[in-house]
Amino acid sequence: MSVTVRIPTILRTYADGAAEVTVDPQDQTVAGVIGALDLQAPGISARILDEDGKLRRFVNVYVDDEDVRFLSGLQTQTPERTVVSVVPAVAGG
Amino acid sequence: MTTTIASTPGALPPVVEPADSLSVDEVRRYSRHLIIPDVGMAGQKRLKNAKVLCIGAGGLGSPALMYLAAAGVGTLGIVEFDTVDESNLQRQIIHGQSDIGRSKAESARDTIRETNPYVDVVVHDERLDSSNALQIFADYDLIVDGTDNFATRYLVNDACVLLGKPYVWGSIYRFEGQASVFWAEYGPCYRCLYPDPPPPGMVPSCAEGGVLGVLCASIGSIQVTEAIKLLTGIGQPLLGTLVVYDALALEYRRLKVRKDPNCAVCGEHPTVTELIDYELFCGAISTDGAEAARDSTISVRQLADWLAARDRGERDFLLVDVREPGEREIVEIPGSVLIPKGRFLDGSALAELPTDRQVVLYCKGGVRSADALAVVKGAGLADAVHVGGGVVAWVTQIEPDKPVY
Repeated sequence: MSVTVRIPTILRTYADGAAEVTVDPQDQTVAGVIGALDLQAPGISARILDEDGKLRRFVNVYVDDEDVRFLSGLQTQTPERTVVSVVPAVAGG
Repeated sequence: MTTTIASTPGALPPVVEPADSLSVDEVRRYSRHLIIPDVGMAGQKRLKNAKVLCIGAGGLGSPALMYLAAAGVGTLGIVEFDTVDESNLQRQIIHGQSDIGRSKAESARDTIRETNPYVDVVVHDERLDSSNALQIFADYDLIVDGTDNFATRYLVNDACVLLGKPYVWGSIYRFEGQASVFWAEYGPCYRCLYPDPPPPGMVPSCAEGGVLGVLCASIGSIQVTEAIKLLTGIGQPLLGTLVVYDALALEYRRLKVRKDPNCAVCGEHPTVTELIDYELFCGAISTDGAEAARDSTISVRQLADWLAARDRGERDFLLVDVREPGEREIVEIPGSVLIPKGRFLDGSALAELPTDRQVVLYCKGGVRSADALAVVKGAGLADAVHVGGGVVAWVTQIEPDKPVY
């Protein structure tokens, strides 16, 4: 049950430069996807989740085009072929 | 098929009422707009009557101001306190070689006048802060954001929410950009999208991480498109949608932005009801970094003395460059080794640091080295120091023939 994760530029160093990583989490939720992603891109989950394991408030995670903060947060379901996007705040101009 | 503007789903009322008339010269100039049915005389007269404020005349501000001017926006305000630097010219196309050292606001004004003499340009040659933002914004219909830091972005957002103004937002990094429209009266604001800023040091700026010059045009042109749509009331605005552009994949993705009922400034029970201290809110330097750097910062002149003493065998220390390899290719302080900051944060750098010699850290400007210093001191290397002002200060004061970036 694979899920595609879109990695933003600033976090690609964790994923050997990859823009997309395919994961196959046992737990079909955003939390499961982030856990599985961290196995392939070690250290990346600490940039998405804070010390308490909650989503950081300057990094958004989308399941398809929906912000999971307005769904069920980390418990949002990620069915087969979902695209999960990680979109951090950037300020450059 | 004809579609009336009012029936377009998602459309908002035009922000601006039309001006009384266009002159013969203006009709000639704007003819390619006037013959688009959706714009027409009415739309062009709205643009003529419009007052748009652009925050920053830098990467995003350059194309934004130039296209807003060419489009015939009647009044353009520019908030900018900086001067033109050679390193700006790779992307800030509103300025040219002969503008180096000039005020960016004045340089931008001159380019706009050359592009379109019918535009009134208002220069606000000052740093935007909580004390002047509401006053400056009050005269404008719409705000376009081209700033380069989180503190100003939250300030601009909050001022727009408090004044009920539409806020056309864009942001860039390397090959990636984001754009949206915020307007609390009709939809979400910036804080609904990103409730809190990242702690300092966690998200690199363009000055640290770089930006593809033409990315400014990709995102700046989206901002101008949205501004024109809002001013004239045509099309579907990006309100409630975040566009994420990836230049390497040449792909635009659309993501939903919901209005957050718990938003601190536009939610049902706002806690921010006036402008706050945004430098404090965003933190110019991390608490850990500031703590570590206190009494452990040396100047570039001290470093030059220390290096001379090391050459004479009178002093021993390891000088560590915590920047990225690409930055080191441009310029470095002689006699240093490279260990990027990320390797301090993940702990892998510590094994490479000596325990029998002092460690001296530097980066581009002194922010990243302070963060790395916090890690080094936390690991027990109590005598470690970092170089205030980094390699930029080194080149300016010690080796002025070397390049800075």
